Amino acid sequence: MITASNPSLPATAADLPEPKRWGDRLFKTITFLSAAMVGVGFLLVAYVLIQGAWPAIKLYGWSFLSNTHWNPVTDNYGALPFIVGTLVTSLIALLIAVPLSVGTAIFLTDLAPLWMRQPLTSVIEMLAAVPSVIWGLWGLFVLMPWLHDVPYTWLNKHFSFIPLFAGPIEGSGACILTAGIIVAIMILPIVTSVSREILRSVPDLQREAAYGLGATRWEVTRIAVLSYARRGLMGAAVLGLGRALGETMAVTMVVGNSPKIHASLLQPGWTLASVIANQFGEASGEIQRSVLYEIGLVLVGVTILVNIGALILIKSIETPGSRRT
Amino acid sequence: MKKLLLTGLLGLATLTAQAADAPANVALTASGSTFVKPVMDKWAETYSMVDPSVKINYSGGGSGTGQKDVLNGVVDFAGSDGPMTDEQLKTAKTKILHLPVVAGAVVIIYNVPGVSTLKFDGPTIANIFLGKITKWNDPAIASQNPGVKLPDTDISTVHRSDGSGTTYIFTDYLAHISADWKKDVGTKTSVEWPVGVGQQGSAGVSAQVQKTAGGIGYVELIYAKNNKISYADIKNADGKYITASLEAVSKALSTATIPEDFRFSFVNAPGEESYPISGVTWLLVPQDSKDSAKGKKLVAFLNWVFLDPKAQQMAKDLNYAAIDPSVVKRIMAAIETIKN
Repeated sequence: MITASNPSLPATAADLPEPKRWGDRLFKTITFLSAAMVGVGFLLVAYVLIQGAWPAIKLYGWSFLSNTHWNPVTDNYGALPFIVGTLVTSLIALLIAVPLSVGTAIFLTDLAPLWMRQPLTSVIEMLAAVPSVIWGLWGLFVLMPWLHDVPYTWLNKHFSFIPLFAGPIEGSGACILTAGIIVAIMILPIVTSVSREILRSVPDLQREAAYGLGATRWEVTRIAVLSYARRGLMGAAVLGLGRALGETMAVTMVVGNSPKIHASLLQPGWTLASVIANQFGEASGEIQRSVLYEIGLVLVGVTILVNIGALILIKSIETPGSRRT
Repeated sequence: MKKLLLTGLLGLATLTAQAADAPANVALTASGSTFVKPVMDKWAETYSMVDPSVKINYSGGGSGTGQKDVLNGVVDFAGSDGPMTDEQLKTAKTKILHLPVVAGAVVIIYNVPGVSTLKFDGPTIANIFLGKITKWNDPAIASQNPGVKLPDTDISTVHRSDGSGTTYIFTDYLAHISADWKKDVGTKTSVEWPVGVGQQGSAGVSAQVQKTAGGIGYVELIYAKNNKISYADIKNADGKYITASLEAVSKALSTATIPEDFRFSFVNAPGEESYPISGVTWLLVPQDSKDSAKGKKLVAFLNWVFLDPKAQQMAKDLNYAAIDPSVVKRIMAAIETIKN
């Protein structure tokens, strides 16, 4: 909108002619190497994972992805309960965190009184600095027993006919739903921060124009701000999703660590990242170690697929800008 | 720039100086069972005063890690709460000795509202962890605990989600006591649990049990003692209910028949005073040490661990049960076979 409108001007530095001064060339090389490090790192990780997982891949083939057992005694392993656990906890986390984060971000950029914005932002960013294990301990000792005693017992009493809330509640509320809630709290700060930056980048002209047309506050937010920032906000959610998929320590303390698939969210489950953290140290024998490498590989695969899915979703969303051209 | 060079040279000089008095020094590295880590650290620290030329570094990491490391020859010895399997031993480059070094017990902890003492027999524990007994006032529990007011609460079992020697001993016991357990679940450092939630480490299991009304789990005796958690009495093979203690573990150990290679289990041991859920931790030592200087120092260290009364007292102070003197004699004979 700002850059592409004048075709005679180059849009980015990449469109400039090849730099002639050696300093510029050096600078370009250094930045290129930094970017290449990420790619090389990823390839190395993929290499180590595939190499470590190879015995398990040879042994189980594709059935590893659909097998629901995790039996170290008979060496019968499958990844499905962990894939389901990872996806469901992340989905719950997103469903809770994204509306809260976007709401907070709208309040902070458009509605909060000026004196309140900076302190509130600092508090939210401080949440991001709390270590994972602290959230886990708080979840285990404070949140989980309360969730069990109050909302879960109530849900189970009145809505147990819905399979999602069926009982009996095992293990004092160590379950998929608790893990989702903990992860939601953990991804709140990053989703909020990114959303706030995106909302701040919405030109004030947009808002003023909407006010000028006689829109109410809600209408300004909906028409001028949210629809303008839609794609950016989706991007913020994807960032949060990436973190949710890989979250380990806090999840393992509240998820119940049971490799089973239940319809009920109030039953224990397990996630890909947390089974690796739990069992890698004491894995006995080549096969058990190898399947844990393969779980790592599956986690990478799930993350890539989910991200590609999210990108397609974002691309498919129309932005007001694209409609105009 | 000049200053930097000078610092570098100085550093190099210090390094060479250190290397110059090094030749007599030997570093023994070990990894494995976290269960014996407290006493291994204590022994390593004390032994560095007995023989200052030896530095022992026991890094823990778990029994599985120890077994893998000793098989690959990356450590000089390892600690393990479960014996190595025949298949594992077949892949070893040199024979690996199993030396039982300390014994320990696994206790059952519980959180039942209004109940402060409980007794279990083996089949009841097995049926609880199989998910066949689901209420605290089940007749199977009530009949063993006359006079205890058991509530109509659901039982929530808690187990270790990480691989653990504690799980090995516990599932070994259940497999001995229950044919169903042996057939459906089996014995290993981690198993496919029919019911219940998993938590990492003894700390995780005990936290989960304490936060769950109706919870039941298992931890090492040492952990329960250090954290003042009460535990259930267990019925032994002679039909007596026994409270876990170091003496009761030693009693059970004294009844065990121990094979030539020391790979044995003594769960559900006979004897009126034997505690039934007990096991040993082994030091895994390659019989053929590649480095003769290291081998000699290792043998001297092992001799000190098994024979010096001070070393044995340290283990006792840390709540480990000692190995019977008659067994120690046989272990000494095995240590003599270490080539160096």
